[in-house]
Amino acid sequence: MFLIPVQHRSFLRHYVFVLITGLMLLISNARAELSLEITTEGLKQIPLAMLPFANERDLTLGISPIVIADLQRTGLFRQVEVSGVNPLPTETAQLKLADWRAKQATAVLMGSTSIEPDGKIKIRYMLVDAITEQEKLVEVISVAPTQLRGAAHRIADAVYEKLTGEKGVFSTKIAYIVKDGPTFQLRVADADAYNERTILSSKEPIISPKWSPDGTRMAYVTFELKRPLVVVQNLSTGARKVVANFRGNNSAPAWSPDGKRLAVTLSRDGIAQIYTIDAEGLEQPRRLMSTRAIDTEAVFTPDGKNILFTSDRGGAPQIYKVAVEGGNAQRLTFTGNYNVSPRLSPDGKKLVFIQQNGSAFRVMLQDLDTNQLQNMSDNALDESPSFSPNGRMILYASRVSGKGVLALVSADGRVRQKFSTQAGDVYEPAWGPLQ
Amino acid sequence: MNKILLSVMVAAALAACSSTPKKEAAAPVTETKVAEAAPAPATAPKMPEAQPLSMPVEEPSPFPTKGKGGALGERSIYYAFDSYAVNDAGKPVAAAHAGFLASHNKAKLTLQGNCDERGSREYNLALGSRRAESVKSLMTVSGAAAEQIEVVSFGKEKPMAAGHDEAAWSKNRRVDIVYQGE
Repeated sequence: MFLIPVQHRSFLRHYVFVLITGLMLLISNARAELSLEITTEGLKQIPLAMLPFANERDLTLGISPIVIADLQRTGLFRQVEVSGVNPLPTETAQLKLADWRAKQATAVLMGSTSIEPDGKIKIRYMLVDAITEQEKLVEVISVAPTQLRGAAHRIADAVYEKLTGEKGVFSTKIAYIVKDGPTFQLRVADADAYNERTILSSKEPIISPKWSPDGTRMAYVTFELKRPLVVVQNLSTGARKVVANFRGNNSAPAWSPDGKRLAVTLSRDGIAQIYTIDAEGLEQPRRLMSTRAIDTEAVFTPDGKNILFTSDRGGAPQIYKVAVEGGNAQRLTFTGNYNVSPRLSPDGKKLVFIQQNGSAFRVMLQDLDTNQLQNMSDNALDESPSFSPNGRMILYASRVSGKGVLALVSADGRVRQKFSTQAGDVYEPAWGPLQ
Repeated sequence: MNKILLSVMVAAALAACSSTPKKEAAAPVTETKVAEAAPAPATAPKMPEAQPLSMPVEEPSPFPTKGKGGALGERSIYYAFDSYAVNDAGKPVAAAHAGFLASHNKAKLTLQGNCDERGSREYNLALGSRRAESVKSLMTVSGAAAEQIEVVSFGKEKPMAAGHDEAAWSKNRRVDIVYQGE
């Protein structure tokens, strides 16, 4: 991974962490082009002793560096000093837990790898509670040598879930658009920005990429035919289907939770309105409401029964909710004069959106039970927020020094990260599902 | 153009990429294996790059000379922030082109709506469309036929001015008038 080092500044409560490629024992086939900067504010991190795995130097790809990088990237964990452990332990009994407790570690992650006679790689790992001295997690994974990166992410997911009670998202993917000169590209990468690949390259804009709930398809809006159309692309075959090509604009696709339908915005009847269509694009679209306003940016609730959307029916854009059958809509945002781009957390309890405040457009989080609002960003040109599939992180687009970048903020506001490409602007991020 | 005709044209264009031409509306693109530009890392599943969609062919039609002077030489109408009302500077431009359409019934044009870079891409796509539709309404009231005018929006995706200040933003909040065949 190409990482551009960032200048260190230590304030009392701000800590800037930079992942430096040189320290990682990695050989990657396809380098991502994103650079990463993490800040954590006033956060009490869990100290972990994450040891290198015994014998992993014999492999083409080290396992522990990927696991450690995944866990550190959440901002929740602090790596305790582990250098100089020699020999590396292969059994829990070999751990000197009193020493790790003295270094403040609450748990120790250790493991070993071996190459089997059939060429497969066996990875054995343990997570040991440093205080109770009990094994919290013991697992053996056997994978082909080409699957080492995926195995490391699975281990990080298991450790994360054991320590936090939440599902890890290290095995998920993200999609985003990169504009470099005259070319627009829709790209997909692992959640840690490795294995980046381009799934669509065009001289015309691409916007609104949306993962199908099962992660096998991507809906997006393409301007290849000089006007916006909605296309669904099968990610493993590259096959594409134009699912909305009506007069005027076809845009803002959103998948129903069962993956069978899409809500779309069509201006075929003279103004942007929300319709639902089947995901194959074969049926006549069904219009949800009839207003003389702009209705757009539909998103389904997780139970599939309602749709949240942006509308300026009240004179300025606000966020509303309507039953999926259509009918009367209920307004959800009441602060300010410009609230757009609604997205829901996976449990449906939190709403993230963009609010204009003076000259700034910022990510806001609203608890739908209490209606409490929280400002999640201090940037000025934020767009397109979405949740990670475990609901812990919010991914969005922003501009820093005139450049389009991606940013992450934890749902409690404490951990912030920024990604940027080396060339061009990156925007319209979409976080893929758990699989 | 009605939806069925357009769908058939697009389907025919898409079918040009595949081996079996189809005539029904919204025909799916047949599966194509795309060669990847870089060697794929074996650790991740294949995600091949998509084939481009191809453009339908347009018929020739008359259009006035661009930039020749007067309202008819103007091809853009400009807007205030978050507004879609045509102002006093834009009205004569809309009227002049409406007049051209009224007197040349084979002429066709597209109104392309645009926005400045602030705010949601999708909301801006809809706002651009609303700007273009309001110019269309003015034109049809002034004698142009609705069938001669297509409306499309690029939202904030195709800015003319690259800056991040009001000078650039004011140039990007506009509707462009583009005649078919020019």
